[in-house]
Amino acid sequence: MPTVSKGDGMRGLAVFISDIRNCKSKEAEIKRINKELANIRSKFKGDKALDGYSKKKYVCKLLFIFLLGHDIDFGHMEAVNLLSSNKYTEKQIGYLFISVLVNSNSDLIRLINNGIKNDLASRNPTFMNLALHCIANVGSREMAEAFAFEIPSILVAGDTMDSVKQSAALCLLRLNRTSPDLVPMGEWTARVVHLLNDQHLGVVTAATSLITTLAQKSPDDFKTSISLAVARLSRIVTSASIDLQDYTYYFVAAPWLSVKLLRLLQCYPPPEDAALRSRLTECLETILNKAQEPPKSKKVQHSNAKNAVLFEAISLIIHHDSEPTLLVRACNQLGQFLQHRETNLRYLALESMCTLASSEFSHEAVKTHIDTVINALKTERDVSVRQRAVDLLYAMCDRSNAKQIVAEMLSYLETADYSIREEIVLKVAILAEKYAVDYTWYVDTILNLIRVAGDYVSEEVWYRVIQIVINRDDVQGYAAKTVFEALQAPACHENLVKVGGYILGEFGNLIAGDSRSSPLVQFNLLHSKFHLCSVPTRALLLSAYIKFINLFPEVKATIQDVLRSDSQLRNADVELQQRAVEYLKLSCIASTDILATVLEEMPPFPERESSILAKLKKKKGPGKLPDIDDNRRNVNGSSEHSENTDTTSKASAHPFTDILNLNSTPSTGPNLLVDVFSDSSTSASVDVSEDNFSRFVCKNNGVIYENQLLQIGLKSEYRQNLGRIYVFYGNKTSTQFLSFSSFVTTSDILKSQLNVHAKTVDPVIEGGAQVQQILNIECVSDFIDAPVLNIQFRYGGTLQNIAVKLPVMLNKFFQPTEMTSQDFFQRWKQLGAPQQEVQKIFKAQHPMDTDVTKAKILGFGVALLDGVDPNPANFVGAGVIHTKSTQVGCLLRLEPNAQAQMYRLTLRTSRESVSQRLCELLGEQF
Amino acid sequence: MMRFLLLFSRQGKLRLQKWFTPIPEREKKKIIRDMTTMVLARQPRSCNFLHWKDLKIIYKRYASLYFCLAIENQENELLALEVIHRYVELLDKYFGNVCELDIIFNFEKAYFILDEFLLGGEIQETSKQVVNRCIESSDMLQETMEEYMSKPAF
Repeated sequence: MPTVSKGDGMRGLAVFISDIRNCKSKEAEIKRINKELANIRSKFKGDKALDGYSKKKYVCKLLFIFLLGHDIDFGHMEAVNLLSSNKYTEKQIGYLFISVLVNSNSDLIRLINNGIKNDLASRNPTFMNLALHCIANVGSREMAEAFAFEIPSILVAGDTMDSVKQSAALCLLRLNRTSPDLVPMGEWTARVVHLLNDQHLGVVTAATSLITTLAQKSPDDFKTSISLAVARLSRIVTSASIDLQDYTYYFVAAPWLSVKLLRLLQCYPPPEDAALRSRLTECLETILNKAQEPPKSKKVQHSNAKNAVLFEAISLIIHHDSEPTLLVRACNQLGQFLQHRETNLRYLALESMCTLASSEFSHEAVKTHIDTVINALKTERDVSVRQRAVDLLYAMCDRSNAKQIVAEMLSYLETADYSIREEIVLKVAILAEKYAVDYTWYVDTILNLIRVAGDYVSEEVWYRVIQIVINRDDVQGYAAKTVFEALQAPACHENLVKVGGYILGEFGNLIAGDSRSSPLVQFNLLHSKFHLCSVPTRALLLSAYIKFINLFPEVKATIQDVLRSDSQLRNADVELQQRAVEYLKLSCIASTDILATVLEEMPPFPERESSILAKLKKKKGPGKLPDIDDNRRNVNGSSEHSENTDTTSKASAHPFTDILNLNSTPSTGPNLLVDVFSDSSTSASVDVSEDNFSRFVCKNNGVIYENQLLQIGLKSEYRQNLGRIYVFYGNKTSTQFLSFSSFVTTSDILKSQLNVHAKTVDPVIEGGAQVQQILNIECVSDFIDAPVLNIQFRYGGTLQNIAVKLPVMLNKFFQPTEMTSQDFFQRWKQLGAPQQEVQKIFKAQHPMDTDVTKAKILGFGVALLDGVDPNPANFVGAGVIHTKSTQVGCLLRLEPNAQAQMYRLTLRTSRESVSQRLCELLGEQF
Repeated sequence: MMRFLLLFSRQGKLRLQKWFTPIPEREKKKIIRDMTTMVLARQPRSCNFLHWKDLKIIYKRYASLYFCLAIENQENELLALEVIHRYVELLDKYFGNVCELDIIFNFEKAYFILDEFLLGGEIQETSKQVVNRCIESSDMLQETMEEYMSKPAF
């Protein structure tokens, strides 16, 4: 037993701990504990009043026993008594016991609150701190009710000690998180913001945590914190490290405070004030510059603290997503880290780059690191690092590199850790489908997946390949040939037999002309696998056989023999037996015509969301918003599944579907009840948020709205005059949202121009979970207004109303049109009437970057025509707006003037209103 | 925000548990089991970060003890590592070359120091001097050793 180095010795406690450690077995330990519990119980029940010391000692023993993992059902009262002791150590142990055990026995809460009240009123900072720590540790509603009014005044009072202010700030933060309704904003809020100017850096750090949380909930009330935070940050990053004394951590100036300030700034868009904005940019540049300086210490603590600030700065840069230079610098910095010898840095660089990949400004820069990332996949020893590499490859994938990335993922799959195989399979399947230019490649990829990792190929994956083959007649022959060849392998995975059975049953005739794959050969090949397969696969094969009877009359007799055999007709499995009996009878009775009708080729599947994507979302757990170019601020910060938002994804809207996807039952008309309520209770009282509206003009996916409780992400697809928006509602809290409803309202004018149909959404969203709602949109004629998404739910008893302007704009219904220079000018002339042309000359809002401009024009929906305009610096585009009633051709020309920092935008369409609207939309983007 | 901090030995024995949000006891036990198995199974020289459910787990080994800190997804991993390091420094300063036994026998002190350093899942005071001064001054408030040592053991 070591001698206690400091403070009080509770010898009895030390002896007891020693005894427990000497116990040779679990039984001996339990015996010793029971003996001790009996002893303590008798002491507490005894006639003799215990002195404070003994009480403290026994309470401490009980605490120790509890922390060992045993239940404690007494002693609470004694602990509460300790609170009123005058001796600090007794009070302290009392508070500790309550902090650790109180939620299991809350009927004492009034007594506890009484003790806390006395200590808060004591004016003794040490006692006040103990009381505040207890409130922060327990954080129960009862405590919030009792103290939520008192703590703000302690926090902002002029004569409060610094250490008490720190405790009070975090205590208030805790209560605000657990019971926001009980912590009312008041005149103290303005004074809290000014704590950012406090002399004491510890107070500033604690206050920044509080302000950040409050600002997330009501950004407008804390807007003044932006300039204070920037000023404070600027002073820290430019200070000599010794200035901050003990707040310098291994030669890094106040890393905790710096990171907190950078987090606070992530609650807001870039500052509007130009001076403030440039001061912040300077700070961020300084932080990026420091990363290039030689380290001031070899200690890992130095580099960790320094890089922590750097990564947080990069998060802010990504969050602002507005300074291409900073984004590219951030990307280069992360690129350096990708090859750093510290595993931690490589891991974080991969993770951070995932979010960068989703910014239109840095997507291309991220792509340049593809070889390094692929190398990481092959050589990293640590599975968690390899996992991040897979995520990044998925995020950086687009049409230009899809083949390479899919090939690398496939080859990694052969040696990948079992724990992540299924996820990789899903990702490969999604990428292969999304970026397939020719579908033979897609079919090859999926068959390879089955070959390499058959056990991890879930049903959704092989369902999907069948849907795609059925819907695309250009790939059916190839698919039949390929599965036929794959089935020849001596050992093939059961999933391949399923795909093979289905495809040959449908399209075997397409390869039957070749004698090497004649009908009989096909049948024998399939049937050779039959006995090795499970019941569901056998059932599928039986269906393939009856399809064969229709396709190939010449093998009818052979197949009938098989169906007639005892192993089929008398199979113990009811399903198999029934199929055999019915198919046999069908083939005997029905005429060729009837057979041909009954066994006709499957019709194309109606269009639906890929079930694989749904599966990946589910697998990644609730709250993650896949397919959205989010940033670290979103519900769980993770954006490894962000798709890039480049325009190719729009062009690749899929005509496929999914009959096997059970969760999208067709909805019948709008939900009347909800709609009735909507007119009375919404728009009138709620401000419509349109903060992010214009950011969606040139992109389809992203976070449209976010507050403290809820994050709303969108993923949209448009084809001709139809659109579909997947709205993801993420519950950021740990509490359920009840009576959740969301519906779309349109102005009277818009009603005749745009049909929006929202499917109903589950009325309950669990804490941390995410639900999806599908909006189907039809553009009837050209329009200007935007529909509004209205959301209502109950959170902790209060009704929340949110209204968000949905980014459905006219340009979403563009189909890009490629044309030659000659065609372009001919049409340009045809559209020469004065009302058909709209022109706008405006000043550049963003740095003039050719690649960014190109990306935006493509994102706007038109084709970018190269070599049309004699001046290569100009941009020319063409597209057709599809509405139900008509199609409107559109030509556009954008002429940048770098010297003047100006643009001239010219649009010509056959319809004046369309020209006007498109010009308004696009004119705000540069 | 930080969600919880666990200290456990190489044998998986829990030495300290701090929960910053209310969690039912049964759930706590499950988390502790998950964390010990997950962290103890890690190969040496792996990175110090793991994803677990919707949280990030940051762990680091000091001598025979593993420190395992769970943070929310948007939090900074590297700084979380330094939170752990700063706590170790604080323990070190207080106990003088801290070892696992110090934490076992003076568990209540380890909790008190933690309360001065972290509160409500956020960092309260990052200055080593200030935290130590706090702890020292509370020790000064305590009754002298002799007074206690004269009492019977139990």
